[in-house]
Amino acid sequence: MSEEKNRILKISILRFDPNDPEDFPHMQTFEIEEAHGMTLFIALNEIREHHDNSLKFDFVCRAGICGSCSMLVNGTPTLACKTLTSKLGVNISLAPLPLFKLIGDLSVYTGQWMRYLNQHLETWIHNREKELNVDKLEERMEPELADEIYELERCIECGCCVAGCGTIQMRQEFIGAVGLNKVARYHLDPRDKRSDEEYYNLIGNEDGVFGCMSLLGCEDVCPKSLPLQVKIAYLRRMMIKTSMK
Amino acid sequence: MKQIKIDKIPARLDFIQSASGLILALFMWAHMFFVSTILLGKDVMYSVTKFFEGEYFFGESYPIIVTIAAGAIFIIFIVHALVALRKFPSNYKKYAIMKNHIKSLNHTDTTLWFWQVFTGFAMFFLGSVHLYIIMTNPSEIGPYASADRVVTEWMWPLYILLLLAVEIHGSVGIYRLALKWGWFEGSDTKKSRNNLRKLKYAITIFFLTLGFLTLAAYIKIGIEHKDKAGERYHQVTKTVQQGAQQ
Repeated sequence: MSEEKNRILKISILRFDPNDPEDFPHMQTFEIEEAHGMTLFIALNEIREHHDNSLKFDFVCRAGICGSCSMLVNGTPTLACKTLTSKLGVNISLAPLPLFKLIGDLSVYTGQWMRYLNQHLETWIHNREKELNVDKLEERMEPELADEIYELERCIECGCCVAGCGTIQMRQEFIGAVGLNKVARYHLDPRDKRSDEEYYNLIGNEDGVFGCMSLLGCEDVCPKSLPLQVKIAYLRRMMIKTSMK
Repeated sequence: MKQIKIDKIPARLDFIQSASGLILALFMWAHMFFVSTILLGKDVMYSVTKFFEGEYFFGESYPIIVTIAAGAIFIIFIVHALVALRKFPSNYKKYAIMKNHIKSLNHTDTTLWFWQVFTGFAMFFLGSVHLYIIMTNPSEIGPYASADRVVTEWMWPLYILLLLAVEIHGSVGIYRLALKWGWFEGSDTKKSRNNLRKLKYAITIFFLTLGFLTLAAYIKIGIEHKDKAGERYHQVTKTVQQGAQQ
């Protein structure tokens, strides 16, 4: 019986602790034996367990739902838990997502950026009712529309689209595909009573939809395959229409 | 309901950039077909030249028409460049960040954007020179006049660079416009985008091939006509027919 040897993976990780004044960013390479069905998340756990227990990275769900384990894999933003090592070469480089606040090594604080974005875009239903009535039944909507809204609601705020966006690299005020996707989601929702002019004031500028340069990095790295390109085009057309009123 | 005031300028700038880009790209494709008529013979190219000088409408040539058309294109060109400038990296630091992002992400459309910016920047200079010459010398277009300009007046190096810049910039621009505004989205957007990208490459290859063949034809005529540079072309058939009648 022939025994096929597993590959030895050389995983280079960008190490840096911003809270340690004596530390500096540097690459550290770990060699581990690849296992069948291994994901990067499993590989990172193995490194932490057997090689270096100080390695920082995030995970919660391990199923591509929470978005915590997003990182740059060979330069491309993606989720570690969804990435099979068998799809990569033996030399793998890992780095934290850029633009977000670095906690350490591969761990970044996406929540700070996302919270600001949600507050800025007011990503909640604006129904104009002065008092909240929890007993009142919600307005009905067509199943097709509900499906369309749900499709956009699948965003897990992992930050991959932000890291894959060239526009944000140059202008960090740009709200990115994650922000535009949220605006499209609320604009579609008939329960949200904001006018087109109000939406224009949110995203009708260079930090919003008119800042987008259609590089489509966001669309191509989105781990949830959200229709970002389509929704940005939709918002652009809507904003132009509003500006012509 | 209370009217909310909105700043319409960002929308207008975005629209102007797209519209001017579309006009210029379509013009360039049409322009390429007109100049490439030299491949069908000197007479065909001469007839096209005379057509644009209005000879078939007014009975005689008015090169001022060419000046007006080139001037209009020049204005659209300047407006497009002005509004597109706001998307350029504003300083070296931003340029370096973007360059690093392009290298590290290794993403086709992001890389194409870099080429679009690079070719756009090159066209500030190359396109301006060409448009100014055409505007100020409108009657200097024709099988011999154009070929002399290419060879004797040493415009061929500029035209090679301009051809590369225009065709890359134009086809990438049209492709990006389609995605930006959601044209040809279809039901399967990923498939449509893939098809659009293939079409973009096909268009680039087609116009670059046609462009280089056309330029080669002008260079050949220019070299052959070098000793008589400055002499203008006259349709042989017309002269022979007139001669026979006399």
